[in-house]
Amino acid sequence: MSEAADRLEAFLHRVPYVRFLGMRAELAGDEMTATLPFSEHLVGNVMLPALHGGVLGAFLEMTALAQLAVAQKTTRAPKTIDLTIDYLRPGRAVTTYARADLRKVGRRIANIHVEAWQEARASPVASLRGHFLLATED
Amino acid sequence: MSADPDSLRQMAAMMATGAPQAAALGFHLVSVEPGKGSIAAPWREDLVGDPETGVIAGGVVTTLLDHTCGLAIVSNSTQRMPTATLDLRIDYMRAAKPRAGVTAEAHCYKVTRTIAFVRAQAWDDDPSDPIATAQAAFVLVGAPA
Repeated sequence: MSEAADRLEAFLHRVPYVRFLGMRAELAGDEMTATLPFSEHLVGNVMLPALHGGVLGAFLEMTALAQLAVAQKTTRAPKTIDLTIDYLRPGRAVTTYARADLRKVGRRIANIHVEAWQEARASPVASLRGHFLLATED
Repeated sequence: MSADPDSLRQMAAMMATGAPQAAALGFHLVSVEPGKGSIAAPWREDLVGDPETGVIAGGVVTTLLDHTCGLAIVSNSTQRMPTATLDLRIDYMRAAKPRAGVTAEAHCYKVTRTIAFVRAQAWDDDPSDPIATAQAAFVLVGAPA
């Protein structure tokens, strides 16, 4: 396994909340795809049924952090500064996927865009834009 | 407005804990009044975002803020129409304290025929020292186009 794949595995195993969500992620070269299999406990609206909006937001944020873990050599966790989440379609009771785009990784701050989709990549269910404070080596 | 505080509180308690994800996170109602709501999420080992510090995950705070915003809207409107989040902006002032639960309070300060505007904040032990603030817009799903 590559070093990047090792860092991704370490991130996914280290964070208890990732296991709570049931989130997974795979690397194809340097491209990471995160997967959130549907599970009953992720539902926010039982009538539709639909994933909780907070779950979609959380999955997008964790995808950004996973992509940072792949790119960064440090194991210390970056801190979220701000997030803007746009909801485009209801998150249906099926598997959700997400990919993150590191728009800018500076010395201290990263700007990351993430998009989540279900059946079709061209029909995203939600997107996120966020700033993250990078852990500096002491 | 709901004239009866008891029925408002009953509805709010159901909404705070009713959704499977809210139940899975252990949400419980703190308070509700027309246009305002407060919900708490307890700290739990399996909800930690950074095992080095034991701080609760940001995702829990995101879901708590979104859910509390929904409560504030529902408590504000005469018709209990379903809502869907359009956008949610969260600013993180600081990390929560290790092994601390989080409480959120939301205020739905404006409702048009189709859109509700909400502000919210979250804190661990002091409301005047928030860990995060949020601004959100929701669409009222049952609203006339």
